[in-house]
Amino acid sequence: MSEWEELSGVRVLPAARPRKLAKVPFVELADGRLQGVVSSGSDIERVYVSSVAAGDFAFACSTNNNRPCGGVRGAFCKHIEAMIDEAVVQYGGQRVARYLHVDLGSMAPNATDIRSLMDQVRPSASAAKPAAQVFSRFLRHLAYLELEPTTEPLPELQWFAPSRAAV
Amino acid sequence: MVRAVEGSGVMRADLLVEPVAGCDEALAVVDGFDRALAGGLLRPRAGADVALAALADAVGGTPLGPLVTEAAEKAGAGVAGEEDLVALAGARVAILGSVHDALVARLDEATWRTREVWPGAGEVTQQSANLLAAARSWLADVARVGWHGMDHELVAGAAPVVSVMLPDTGLRRLATLLDGFAAELAASCPGATLERVPVRRWADLWSRAMLLTEPGAAGSRTVTGAGPADVVAAAGSSSTTATVTGRLLPLGIDLHEHATAVQAQIHAVLEPADGGAPRLVRASVSVPKPDTVVGMGVWQLLRPHMSLIAAFSEGRAMDLADMPITAEGDLRWSDDKARRSEPADPFAAARLVLPTATAACTAPLARHPARIAELVFLEGYKVADGVLELSGGRLVLDTDRIPEASPLTPELVRASTSCIGLVRWDAGTFTLQPLAVEAPVKKKATAVHAGAWAGGTADKEGVQAEKAAAEAVTVLRERAGKLLRK
Repeated sequence: MSEWEELSGVRVLPAARPRKLAKVPFVELADGRLQGVVSSGSDIERVYVSSVAAGDFAFACSTNNNRPCGGVRGAFCKHIEAMIDEAVVQYGGQRVARYLHVDLGSMAPNATDIRSLMDQVRPSASAAKPAAQVFSRFLRHLAYLELEPTTEPLPELQWFAPSRAAV
Repeated sequence: MVRAVEGSGVMRADLLVEPVAGCDEALAVVDGFDRALAGGLLRPRAGADVALAALADAVGGTPLGPLVTEAAEKAGAGVAGEEDLVALAGARVAILGSVHDALVARLDEATWRTREVWPGAGEVTQQSANLLAAARSWLADVARVGWHGMDHELVAGAAPVVSVMLPDTGLRRLATLLDGFAAELAASCPGATLERVPVRRWADLWSRAMLLTEPGAAGSRTVTGAGPADVVAAAGSSSTTATVTGRLLPLGIDLHEHATAVQAQIHAVLEPADGGAPRLVRASVSVPKPDTVVGMGVWQLLRPHMSLIAAFSEGRAMDLADMPITAEGDLRWSDDKARRSEPADPFAAARLVLPTATAACTAPLARHPARIAELVFLEGYKVADGVLELSGGRLVLDTDRIPEASPLTPELVRASTSCIGLVRWDAGTFTLQPLAVEAPVKKKATAVHAGAWAGGTADKEGVQAEKAAAEAVTVLRERAGKLLRK
């Protein structure tokens, strides 16, 4: 085996990079999609649930109550664009591009280029409606803030070193 | 100057570059199993049966022998049941445990350190059998398809189990492990397109998790029981009846984190009030977190839950009264048993008290080379190309383990004249993780700690990071307040 394969402590996932959360409180690369929750610009009580699938970039955007987003007609709406931008801040452009299968070629992995590369394949609206699923993952994510700390040692966390170096 | 006199406390780093007898052979057996696991045990790859038989052979002379031989045969034929997979995981853990022991013995020789022996006492914690079974079932499914056969749907199966386990702090060990492990697998899906696989790491995490699904293996709380789980419990947990009273001198903070959990472990020396020999101890605090809470944010989450963090940041000792302690040297911290004491310089304690301190041992089931994190104090070394050279030996510096929100930098480590750190071992090499250094800052010798910002900071850069991290948590709490309680 190569040395990398023999390392118990190798960092597989870099930590998320810090970002402002007010506009896009949640993004994740999961279930074969980039998905997230985007605040409504006008109504504090309303959020949009947006997603783009890896590979064909099939997209969806609706409120968490399944009302379709007015801006999502045949192309990415501003919520999806904001979600992509924040995902690039959180995960880095390379990781977002790799997960979505965007071929960057020699281009720099910035959000604008990643969006325009996806636009070029003229993605269509997703047949799947993952909003409920994504929203429940957002709630699960928020629930982590409510969990009790413990002073019992967790020995298995020795395997999870903080990472200063990007993977 | 190297004084090779027993008890001098000067590390014999030359011993750390010499091969440890038997390690390569043991690890070759582990690697064989790990490759078989990577390919999946439902349709074992060519050669998997040989690797599995070698694993069984390696533990053939132990009580595990017959169980593992049967499990290896079934797995080689693609018909392993869950119990067989647990047996195989157990064999792998046992072999790595022996590697751990050999490495720790070498390290004790190099550091002149005395180590306690395992008392053999244990307790059984009552855990939900249903949840453990659900976790085991997911782990078995993962083993059947292997890393190259996994997909999003399979990996997502961990989430419901983890969600139900996390609120129960008695199940936190397994839940936190599964959560971090599943996140790595999810980010690597689909396995068929993976270019490279962290073969040993994922087999480590899988086998540890598999073992923790054995009722009692992670047990460490308060229920004393009798029954078939006692054998496991005696090896996996540690006695809680002991308490300690005395002065606690914190020397450094080690941070562990994955996307959704963080733990701070404070390494310290305890001077017992009864005048006994000083003891190396640890105090830990951990909490699950959303993945967007990072950097300074993780210190903010941990800070309110252990007074020792503030004491450490202020450079103070603490007086402990009847603080429970495990046989592994882990304090079961509770703030009401600790009181702020006078200022104490960690470097003075590292120079004077650390060489005389006795180390605790590791619980039998918890032994693994990755668990080695031995507190040392070093000076009189040279740093070149990321390697610390001293007394005829060398330690590779692992500065990547320094937390993101920290004033300690690789540059300061390079310029340092003395260092408090943790000796670790990975893939055949001993490494040094710096916890603190003394280095010239503006031509003045200054102590800089990796965990200096744990309790807060007046540093300009640190203050900005504090503010940004606090804002992020405020936004999330506001959302949680609106959405979770509707």
